[in-house]
Parts: sequence; C-alpha cells; structure tokens
Amino acid sequence: MDVVLLDLAVGALLLTAVLMLWRRELSVIIGLYTVQGAALAAVVALLAVQERSVELAVAAAGVLVLRAGVLPAVLRRALAAAGSERRVTRPLVNVTASLLAAAVLTTLALAVSQPIVDLAPSPATRAAPVGVAVVLIGFFVLVTRRRALSQIIGFLLMDNGITAVAFLTTAGIGLVVEAGVALDVLLVVVVLQVLTGRMRTLFGRTDLDELRELRD
Amino acid sequence: MTLLAFAPVAVPALAAVVHALFGWRRATGWVGTASAALVLASAVALAASVVDRPFTVGPLLRVDAVSAFMLVLIGAIALLTAVATPAHLATEMSAGRASARTAGRMGVLVQLFLAAMALAVLAADLGVLWVAVEATTIVTAFLVGLRRSTAAVEAAWKYVVICSAGIALALLGLVVLNFAAQETGTGAGLDWAALVAAGPQLDPGVTRIAVVLLVVGFGAKAGLAPLHAWLPDAHSQAPAPVSALMSGVLLSVAFYALLRIRAVADLALGPGFMRALLVAAALASLAIAASLLIAQRDHKRMLAYSSIEHMGLLALGAAAGGTAATAAVLLHALGHGLVKAVLFLGAGRLLQLAGTSRIDGVRGLAARQPVLAGCLGLGVLALVGLPPFSIFASELGIARAGFTGGIGWATAVALVLVVVIAAALLGHLSRMLLGPPPDLLPATALPRSTAVALVGGLLAAAALGIGAGPVAVLIDAAAAVLDGAR
Repeated sequence: MDVVLLDLAVGALLLTAVLMLWRRELSVIIGLYTVQGAALAAVVALLAVQERSVELAVAAAGVLVLRAGVLPAVLRRALAAAGSERRVTRPLVNVTASLLAAAVLTTLALAVSQPIVDLAPSPATRAAPVGVAVVLIGFFVLVTRRRALSQIIGFLLMDNGITAVAFLTTAGIGLVVEAGVALDVLLVVVVLQVLTGRMRTLFGRTDLDELRELRD
Repeated sequence: MTLLAFAPVAVPALAAVVHALFGWRRATGWVGTASAALVLASAVALAASVVDRPFTVGPLLRVDAVSAFMLVLIGAIALLTAVATPAHLATEMSAGRASARTAGRMGVLVQLFLAAMALAVLAADLGVLWVAVEATTIVTAFLVGLRRSTAAVEAAWKYVVICSAGIALALLGLVVLNFAAQETGTGAGLDWAALVAAGPQLDPGVTRIAVVLLVVGFGAKAGLAPLHAWLPDAHSQAPAPVSALMSGVLLSVAFYALLRIRAVADLALGPGFMRALLVAAALASLAIAASLLIAQRDHKRMLAYSSIEHMGLLALGAAAGGTAATAAVLLHALGHGLVKAVLFLGAGRLLQLAGTSRIDGVRGLAARQPVLAGCLGLGVLALVGLPPFSIFASELGIARAGFTGGIGWATAVALVLVVVIAAALLGHLSRMLLGPPPDLLPATALPRSTAVALVGGLLAAAALGIGAGPVAVLIDAAAAVLDGAR
C-alpha cells in the first residue's frame, strides 16, 4: 500500500512538471508549483512513515512550509507586482514541441539513472529517476522561457527534482547542508525577484529579450 | 589552532558587520584592508603548521595543505584589491557615480564574499563547500548589479541564472555521490577524507553520473565552457575591485572543488574519465577565449576572456595529472590571480580616466599615465607567460606534464591557442598604450595606494617566478594531498 502511495506522490511530481509546460498563464503555473511542493512533502512524509524517522518527518514539514507555502507566496507577490503586464509566459518553443521534449527528457532520465536503481533496488530508488526527469524539465523551462518569472520557476522546478532525488536515494544529505540548501534557494529567488523589479523599472517590462546589450 | 582556523571566516564577517553599522567613511575605509591582511596572516600561520599535519575543527571544517594554500591565495589577492579600493571608491564618489550608501553596501558585500570563499576552502565536507559556493553567487549578484544600469542588471541576471542552474546540477551530483557513498557501507558521507578513503568501493556507474554533474556545475562557476557565458558580462559590469576578486579568487575557488572531486573520481573510475571531461572543457574554453579575443573591442571583456583562457589551462593541467602537474596548476592559479587582480584594478582606473571601456577609446596611455601604462603593460606580458613572472614557470610545467602525461595532442592544440591569444592581447594592448596621446585623457597622477597595489602584485608574481621559496613547500604539500590518490 505504501508503495502505491509513494508511486502516486512521485507521479504527481512529474505530472505537475509536464502540466507547467502545457499551461501558459503564470498564475496557473504557480498553482501547479504549489501542488508539486505538496506532493514532494508527501513523498518525504511517506518515507518518514516507512523508516519511522522523526528527522524525516521534520524534513517533510520543512519541505511543505518552504515549497508549498513560502516560495509560492513570494512568486504570487512578484506576479502581483507585474501589474498590467500580460501574465502569460511566452515560450520560445510551442506547447506541442515542449510536451514532446518533456517525453524525450523523461526517457533520457530513466535511461541515464539506471545505475542508481541497479545499485540498491527498492521502491524509493526505483522512483528516483522521476526526480531526475523533473530536474531536466526544469532546465528545459529555464532555457526556453523568455519571461523573468518563468525562468525563476524553471530554477525552482530543478530544485524540487533534486530534493526528490536526495530523499528517494538516501535519507537526505544532512541537516546542516539541507538547511543551507533551503536558505540558498530562498535567497536566489529573492535576488532574482529584486532584479526583476529593477528590470521593470529600467525597461518597463520583464521580457528577457530586452537583455541584449552585452554581447560579442 | 582552532581559533586560527575560524579567523579567515570570522574576521571578514565581523568587518561586514562594521561596514553595515558604520557605513563607508574615512575611518572604515581601511577596515577591509585590515581584514584582508588578517586573513592573509592567519593563512600563513595555518600553512606553517599544517604542511604535513592536517587538522579537523568540529565536524564541518578541516585545514590541510590544500586549504591553507587556497587561503593564502584568497588573502593575498584580497589584500591587493583592498589596498586599491578606497581610492577607487573616492574617485567614483567624487564623479557622482557612487554614493556613500553604495560604497557602504559594497564594503559589506565584499567582506561577506571573502568569508564565503574562506568557508568554501575550509569545508571538510562537499555539502558545506556547495553551500559556501552558492553563497558567493548570491552575494556577488548584488555586487555585479551595483550600478543599476541596464547593462549591470542584464549581467547580474545572466550571472545568477547561469551560475545557480549550474550549481544546481552540482547539487544533484552531490546528492548522487552521497548515495554512492552510503551504499559502500563504510559510513562515508560527503566528507572529503572519508570519500577518498571509500573511493575504491564507490559504485562506478553511479559515481560516473555524479562526476559529470559536479564537473559541469562547478565548471560553470569556474568559467569553463560550455557554461562560461555569464563571465564576460559579470566581470565587465562589476566594480573593478570586485572584478579583480571574482577573476583572481572566485574562479580558482570553484576550480579547487574540481581538484578535490578529481581525487575521488580517479579512485572510483580510474584517471581516464575525469581526464576526458577536463580535456574537453579545457580545449573548448581556450577555443572560445581565442575566437572572442581576436576582435574584442572592450578592454574589461578582454581581461574576462583571458580568465576563461587561464581556467582552461588549469583544466588542462588537472587533466594531465601527477604531482608535478598539480603543483603547476596551483602555482598557475596563484600567479594568474595576482596578475589578473593588477590588470582589473588598472583597467578600473583606466575606465575612470578615459570614461570608456572601449579599446579604441584609449590611445597613447604611456605618454600621459606612465605608471599605469607600465603596470598594465607588464601585467599583460606576465599574463601571456613571459619570464620572470610565475605564469611562465607554471605554463611550462603544465605543458611539460601534458606532453608526458598522455595528452600530448591536446597540449599541442592548447599551445597553438595560447599563442593566438597572446598575439591578440599584445595587439590590443599596444594600440592602447602606444601612439600619440589624445587631448582628452587627463594627466592626473595615479593615487599612491593604487600604485602600491599594482606594483606590489607584479612584484609578488615576479618573485614567485624567480623562486617560489616557502610557497613552493606549501604547493608541493598541497599537490601531494590532491594526488595522493594516484
């Protein structure tokens, strides 16, 4: 039963990532990101139950607060500040091609991370390649979206994928490092948000196409 | 001893607090210099005591010859830039390009930057190293974007996005490596020493995935191709003392992570795998630097591409492997850092005088500004590897190791590219220094503190080239630690 629940939660991770490629309204994408954060917290909570580990339970609560609470709130504030700007992403690659790319990236992730499954086959490690797929999809979002906010979401998607792999393969990477990683992610998002604000002041909008002054 | 190990992190952190409380004044202007001098002093004291005896401080910090050497590098270059910073900021403020507030903010951020770099090289653990390196991205993002112009915001955005994405890949790499370490059953986590001890038992398939991700991730931060695109923008937009630190120290700190990873990877996978990755990164970086230097029009970007070149040479030396090659790599990092700091500080001064960073906007510098022109000229000669400067010795060492270490063809290609780059640099520089001076270039004297920093950096690089003395002992000990695996 536990395995079914774990697979469902991990499946939700991948599904939300793919849906983010499909939908174009930023508010919907932020909603999907919130659901993904909750799914990630559920994965960690299920592992905590399985291992009967208090530390993992604490980590699950931390993941829930940060990735389904604080970070989506920061994103929503940034979106509200965008004001009259059209609140849709403008992908360089159209939706059909994006979804195909997601399929290719997921296959690639499954193939490349086979050694991870082979080393210690268990329900959790069998699910780890899905985390790798989410990382690759996040990277894809980062390089194909031209709106500043959607690039931030690409980065956060990568981070969710990495966290999933960390918890599915091992019981995390130590509390000090995990706290440091969480703080780093939060700060990166804040830095990018500050820069987005400056961009809006300077250019009037946050199309990254405006960034073309520096080149050789 | 324990206190001494904390000093390189704690002193800059305290200096940051001082700047945060008191802002930028005549009195606090030299706090940064004092802090850098203390970092260097504690690095030297640590180096003297750990050459053959590493020690651990708590679970998170460890000092061995490699970290002591990296601390010396950080301290020396931080001192050079700190000496020149007050004069740089004074000129910026009198020209109305900076306020006391931005100067104070820069003071805080530069000190936090130093503390994060010191923590990165002292970390006993790959996870703590990762956190420290990512912290440098966050701190320097604001330094790159300090001017708030469109170009500065663009540079800062690219810098944060590329470096954070790169370093996120490195985080995935360390997650995977942690898994491999756990499955050895030796209880090794991400502690460097434990990883080296468990190296031969690491699962090759899983370790291979981890190593690729770690090399791409830390390679992005070290300015190695293919994720080097942030570097010329960030280096050209940051204030001159920050460019000097980013090019001279930050790139080497990221490269230091690659050297530690190589020690583990070679044990688990044999030397061939990491060598192939490093050779590919080295040749790609050198080729990109060469092709973009030939027609370069901006002198700060010119220096930035030269940094990519030198990171490529470090990667080539690391690929060759062996204690002699690793020693040459470490010496090269130090020599490049000193010379590049001199050049970025000089270029910053030039930018203030000429008002443009375009190469064709500067003519006849030698006639109007003999000291500055002399330092820039000697700096570029040092950079292209002329004796007596230490880059001559280290490039020779890297080339020799390359030919004897089984990557002869790659070394030959690299040397051709190095010659092309040298010709491009000397061509651009001679156009700036020589010729009749235009009227618009003012003949104001170089501030004494700036002159001290420029000449001091060149003297240090020359002294290292003539006889590395006690530094050689430290470098050999560090190379032995990094190559103990082979």
